[in-house]
Amino acid sequence: MSNLVRTLAGPLKTPKYAFRKQSLKGCSLLVALPKVKTQYVPPMKRIQARNFCHSRIVQGNELLDNLKRIQSLEREVEEVDVCIVGAGPAGLGAAIRIKQQAAKSGREIRVIVLEKAAEPGNHSVSGAVIQPTALDELLPDWKNEPPRHCTPVSSDIMRFLVPGMQLPMPVPPIMKNHGNYIMSLAELTKWLAAKAEELDVELYPSFAASEVLYNQDGSVRGVATNDFGVDSKGLQKDNFERGMAFHAPITLFAEGARGSLSKTVIQRFNLQKDCEPQTYGLGIKEVWRVPDENFRYGETAHTLGWPLRSDTYGGGFMYQFGDNYVSVGLVVGLDYPNPYVSPVAEFQRMKQNPFYAKVLKGGTRLEYAARSLNEGGYQSIPKLVFPGGALIGCSAGFLNVPKIKGTHTAMKSGMVAADAIVEAFNTGDTGKPLTINTYEENLKNSFVFKELYSVRNVRPSFHAFPFLRNYGGMIYSALESYVLKGKVPWTFSHKKGDDVVTASASSYKPINYPKPDNVLSFDIPTSVALSGTMHAENQPCHLFDRRPNDRQEAYRKYKGVESRFCPAGVYEYVDDETLPTGKRFVINSQNCVHCKTCDIKDPLQGIDWKTPQGGDGPKQTLT
Amino acid sequence: MSKLRVLVGVKRTLDYMLKPRINPAKTAVDLTGQKMSINPFCDIAVEEAIRIKETQKDRVEDTLVVTAGPSASEQILRQSLAKGMQRASLIDVGNKELEPLSVAKLLKAMVEKEKSNLVILGKQAIDDDAHQTGGMLAAMLGWPQFTSASKVAFDGDKVVVTREIDGGAETLSSPLPAVITTDLRLNVPRFANLAKIMKARKAPLGKLTPEELGVPIENRLQTLSVEEPVSKRHNIMVKNVDEFVNTLKDLNAL
Repeated sequence: MSNLVRTLAGPLKTPKYAFRKQSLKGCSLLVALPKVKTQYVPPMKRIQARNFCHSRIVQGNELLDNLKRIQSLEREVEEVDVCIVGAGPAGLGAAIRIKQQAAKSGREIRVIVLEKAAEPGNHSVSGAVIQPTALDELLPDWKNEPPRHCTPVSSDIMRFLVPGMQLPMPVPPIMKNHGNYIMSLAELTKWLAAKAEELDVELYPSFAASEVLYNQDGSVRGVATNDFGVDSKGLQKDNFERGMAFHAPITLFAEGARGSLSKTVIQRFNLQKDCEPQTYGLGIKEVWRVPDENFRYGETAHTLGWPLRSDTYGGGFMYQFGDNYVSVGLVVGLDYPNPYVSPVAEFQRMKQNPFYAKVLKGGTRLEYAARSLNEGGYQSIPKLVFPGGALIGCSAGFLNVPKIKGTHTAMKSGMVAADAIVEAFNTGDTGKPLTINTYEENLKNSFVFKELYSVRNVRPSFHAFPFLRNYGGMIYSALESYVLKGKVPWTFSHKKGDDVVTASASSYKPINYPKPDNVLSFDIPTSVALSGTMHAENQPCHLFDRRPNDRQEAYRKYKGVESRFCPAGVYEYVDDETLPTGKRFVINSQNCVHCKTCDIKDPLQGIDWKTPQGGDGPKQTLT
Repeated sequence: MSKLRVLVGVKRTLDYMLKPRINPAKTAVDLTGQKMSINPFCDIAVEEAIRIKETQKDRVEDTLVVTAGPSASEQILRQSLAKGMQRASLIDVGNKELEPLSVAKLLKAMVEKEKSNLVILGKQAIDDDAHQTGGMLAAMLGWPQFTSASKVAFDGDKVVVTREIDGGAETLSSPLPAVITTDLRLNVPRFANLAKIMKARKAPLGKLTPEELGVPIENRLQTLSVEEPVSKRHNIMVKNVDEFVNTLKDLNAL
């Protein structure tokens, strides 16, 4: 709301020069860079919030006013013991553990898990190669009835790609996957959900937690689910249903990377004041079914190099599992400076390289998905506990970037939080909001923090050495992997923030990506259809643009970076001669695959990703 | 005016938003792990039953939702209960495949058991698109049938239904009992309120087997193969009749 008032008053005046500091502890380089002078653009006469749903323009004030009126309606309240937002590995791991420990101490603890997907697993996206450390601890006999398509890793391959060729590379020790399993995270989540239901966890899919509720003293009181049946203007439809409120002494936020509620909680309780801002990557993947002659059961392959440039972090992967399924994808670090880079186009052309093409030839593409992931590691872990709540899983950020694994740490964090909660219930008075400090202390002493500490310098090394860029990172990472293993006195810092590092388009030339050939590479609309994503018609646009008036300026500077970083074609600049730049910013929210990249990478930081109506979004089962 | 005892038959099918995949053996659609939901037309039937209950409170004695399928079909019954149906019954057939004739026989047995006088079904299921169960059931019961209904109203002891037909809309009426099958434009189903879903989780469900109803499940049809539709039409442009004939000869069409 306050941003809306600010844009009415006039554009933000930015300082002429900005100092940017790149530091290695013990040696710092102070670099003064002149900031591009922004041109004054007079504010538009009316506020036109570019919140489109099927290209209908809604007056921003009208939408907000109507939504405010609905907010004042009463909600039905349910009192529970623990409320968990998000049914992923962390959320379900915590729920299962709470029920297990509660049974041991002979206590009844009522656990509610809210999930925005239509079914648990539908929004779960990962490679994935799972290290079973946490799973072995949570459910020791899981191997007797493993999740569907669970495949033990049989071989590891690494390649460096150049156009048209693949060069062999040694597999660093940290990426050796002996003892790990390739599985679909969606299947694992579904499997965990079934286990949770057996233990009497109340799991409610198709209900998105859309608001955090607070007590008078500022502690977290619980969450509320979103309202159904609100039209795009914010008015109630015939089938309007007000969301429900859940009050609990402790609420766990397990929404995954860049969770929408976790973001508000981190801001409100200032949980990032002693750590670096989180940095992210975007993973885009497809699941194919390939003919027998191309299939090698249990093979895990990772590639570096082409098609990404040396200033863009990232790499491809290809895991072969289950019944001739191949999970192929590309992860791109979102701190890339070139606004003409399109991660989805890079992924599509990566598949043309013979290393991938040989396996995928003759196969059918089954699913398409994209999701942002945490790359901040140890330096970006925020404070985890606050009155009445805690962050678990990727909402906090425990992904081990060189290993590219975060499921085991997420599950472990959920389990440690669960132990702390049950302990608090057994000892203390549970009438008031709990602050489970033992969760944070115990997690710091567990393998999660130890692991993340030992690899903390790998990811930032890719931009820590000026001029060497990715090659500097590869050399340093090799050094760390084989020799140093994190036992060094220095800690590299990340770049300032993925949105800030996007450079002006004038420093780069547009990239000519090849047209999709519909055999190995495909266009975005076909891909999005495969994700099964659907958003109910006539609802408020869930992608809230808080700075619609600055999009003209953004286009001048970045030449449409929003239309390129989104892997689902949600953001577009369409021709419109009535506007100064000749382009109009359009949001096609119905394509959204819930990756959250826009919330991270938008240079104006105006796009606010909020949960759409529960049950909306992708319906993935093999990702 | 006679009391209404409504019976709604629903089917659990692949979620309508998902693209069906064919299994490698090409004998059936691959449903492993896919999200299954209530058939959209059946959802409309449930909504219509609930609306009849709401508008004719005194007249409606009972609303019952029934499905025949595996035990996982409980989920759609509970969703229907949460939306407002009074009772639910599951006819557990395990993993057997059901053909429309078997379903019609099972529903006939249920109708006779429950003494229903109004049956509302979806006009067809989105997986087989058979459009047969409603008609077969009406014929077996000897009741009037209104298929593809887009409007349902009551006039005393008669039910007045507007149907969608090829030429437009047709309005018919008949005294009860009757079978109605719903079309898309009949209504827009409501969302189930979370509080009601929580209550429906613990609600009792009637459980039956085909043997208890005295209906043996027989399959008369055998699926030989399932194939993807032709994805790309290969359009060959020809300039004159000679080229046309030559092209047809090349394609072995002549």
